[in-house]
Amino acid sequence: MLNQLAKPAAAADKDKEILTVIEPKSGWQFLNLKELKEYKDLFLFLVWRDVKVLYAQTILGFAWAILQPLTQIVIFTIVFGKVAKIDTDGIPYFLFSTVAIVPWTFMSQAMMQSSQSLVSGQRILGKVYFPRFIFPLTSVLSKMVDFGISLGIIIFTLFYYKIAPTWYSLLLPLFIVQMMSVTAGVGLWLSAMAIRFRDVKYAINFLTRILMYTAPIVYSASSIPAKWRLVYSLNPIVGVIEGFRACLLGTTIPWEYIWPGFITATLLLVSGALYFKHMEKVFVDVI
Amino acid sequence: MRGFPKSSILPNPAFCNQIPCIKAIAGTKIKPCFHHLGLRLGHNLIFMKSSLQEMWMLDKDIAVKVDNISKIYRIGTREKTHDNLAQTLFDFIKNPLNNYRRYKALYKFNDAELNTMHDMEDSASNILWAVKDISFEVKKGEVIGIIGSNGAGKSTLLKILCRITDPTKGRAKIRGRISSLLEVGTGFHQELTGRENVYLNGTILGMTKSEVQRKFDEIVNFSGIKKFIDTPVKRYSSGMSVRLAFSVAAHLEPEILIIDEVLAVGDADFQKKCLNKMQDVGKQGRTVLFVSHNMAAISRLCNRVILLKNGKIVDDGDPDRVISRYLNDGQGTSAIKRWENPEDAPGKDAVRLRQIRVTNRNGEVSEFYDIREPVLVEMKYDVITDGVELMHVFYFWNEYEDCLFGSIHNDPDWRERPMPAGSYTSRVELPGNFFNSGCFYVYAAIHTLKPMTTQFYEERVVAFQIMDRLGWDTARGNYSGDIVSMLRPLLAWKTETASN
Repeated sequence: MLNQLAKPAAAADKDKEILTVIEPKSGWQFLNLKELKEYKDLFLFLVWRDVKVLYAQTILGFAWAILQPLTQIVIFTIVFGKVAKIDTDGIPYFLFSTVAIVPWTFMSQAMMQSSQSLVSGQRILGKVYFPRFIFPLTSVLSKMVDFGISLGIIIFTLFYYKIAPTWYSLLLPLFIVQMMSVTAGVGLWLSAMAIRFRDVKYAINFLTRILMYTAPIVYSASSIPAKWRLVYSLNPIVGVIEGFRACLLGTTIPWEYIWPGFITATLLLVSGALYFKHMEKVFVDVI
Repeated sequence: MRGFPKSSILPNPAFCNQIPCIKAIAGTKIKPCFHHLGLRLGHNLIFMKSSLQEMWMLDKDIAVKVDNISKIYRIGTREKTHDNLAQTLFDFIKNPLNNYRRYKALYKFNDAELNTMHDMEDSASNILWAVKDISFEVKKGEVIGIIGSNGAGKSTLLKILCRITDPTKGRAKIRGRISSLLEVGTGFHQELTGRENVYLNGTILGMTKSEVQRKFDEIVNFSGIKKFIDTPVKRYSSGMSVRLAFSVAAHLEPEILIIDEVLAVGDADFQKKCLNKMQDVGKQGRTVLFVSHNMAAISRLCNRVILLKNGKIVDDGDPDRVISRYLNDGQGTSAIKRWENPEDAPGKDAVRLRQIRVTNRNGEVSEFYDIREPVLVEMKYDVITDGVELMHVFYFWNEYEDCLFGSIHNDPDWRERPMPAGSYTSRVELPGNFFNSGCFYVYAAIHTLKPMTTQFYEERVVAFQIMDRLGWDTARGNYSGDIVSMLRPLLAWKTETASN
């Protein structure tokens, strides 16, 4: 009985050998996401390394994750809220900008780090194989730790303004996913470009600035004329910010600002994955 | 069947004694962790396998099959310079476009370029076939050395097999889990502690977290820096971090291990330790591809050697034969060096060096010597000024850059006696059972005396290798382990007992 059971298992084991075929790749392929499962341990270790190293030998450590967005919120509150007196549909400006700047800080930092991930990892890139898309994704995931910590600012602010969660708050994870996929999409695109053309390093600074002012971070989306609303909302960051705001402040969700962003975010992620895979084969040759 | 050297001088008897057990293990024993991974991956691979089954499954003994692999690179061309300002300005405006073309050209090749014959590259073209039409097979459990001078394509070939870079043409198939070791300490981060880096580096090299966990104590003990394991690596001495990195690498247990010249780092003792560890890897039936310039290590570890030259395989087979072909090719240091033209020969006003060679007692030039056999080193030179008094010296260095000793000419016939102009040969005999096994380099010098002037001092002018033997006519006796020492003289022992 035991023998009978053991036999097929042994035979199966023999067939489970790993085969690798190395040949020139051509045409367009999608990222092999199964590899992510195979290299899961490595992926998590790289994320952990990024997190661990980020605030190494600092006195404040993770407090920086709070200080960075907080100073920006304070400055914006003074400049845009008190001095320029921008209309926020009656929401206190501090509250208004907090719920937008926290996700935006994550997005801008993760985009920057992710776009440089291949260039800064070129030493490893040229010495060992693992799926290359781990590089930009690592940056996105490691920045989530900062994001998690800075959520504390939001919670504290909501508490201060005595805003209770509503049923809409349950939709927040949806917008967090969108926030991450936009960032990952941009990261895949830009990292694959940056390894070939270092111009990206200089372009990313004003790219993030453009993205920030084209999204309703310091102003309210309702100030955009209705006829431009669709075009405006194609920027996926508009959907993320409006989503965060509605979920956290308990206002009705302005879907007309959000659904176009879902489509562009998905397109960005899919095209980023395709482009990255397409360029992947030349990364090491052009370092 | 493992292709062991068939020559009478086997690289290392300790290694060879293990043949039966290598055979028994090869291809049958896979570590449990790989079973586990194999199961996970196998599931995803069933698809691919069915299509490959026919051509691949035929020969289960083949671990690596390389088919006409080629890789093209573009090399830099000189940028244009201009005489006038207008031209320079115009070019500056055009620059972004040119830059774009230039960077794109790094990986885009047109058909004409891809069809160039390897040997027909003209000097005007800016392409280079780093490897061209390379084909070979590696059987399971074989330890293969890849040698060749710089730029022969060794590293490119390894990078293709490690999947770091794609080949331009051709195909390679690899059966089994691969780990590559092109550098020690890949991914080491200065801010992390030794412990953290072991985990990080281990997973980068292809281990799972649980595997690292299992081997952690062993790795730390092997490195010998247990005390500092929780100190950030940036506070380590460079030797310490190399030791730690090497220990991680030494504990990899893939089915196929690909190693580039990584033994060049670390102190001599530690290198030896790592070589031994690698030898153990070979004994466990693992397939190893090993690039090195260290011929002694190659001849000791490998049972087959591939010689590359300008991106092509020149020779493939028995280690001693291929190594000696490489050394004789004038690319490495060989056992003989001649200066045909006295004008270019080393030397000054009094002496010109003409030839240095290493021979056996029969006067035959060879790089390889049985450890029991005497080695003769001789220099041929012309004395061009009448009546000079000379001091000849041979220095012997090992492969770890240690000078073992120097030997000064002491032939009683010529002591303190001026030499008339003419051609001379001076020879020194080094006894058998004197050197340790390994590769040795000869440095040669002649000084004129009164006043002392160096006529020439030639570094690493010739080299030879001492091959190990087991037996009571050697200093090793029947001890089959490693002997770490610079020399290995056979000395007389006597034991007396007080009980009678």
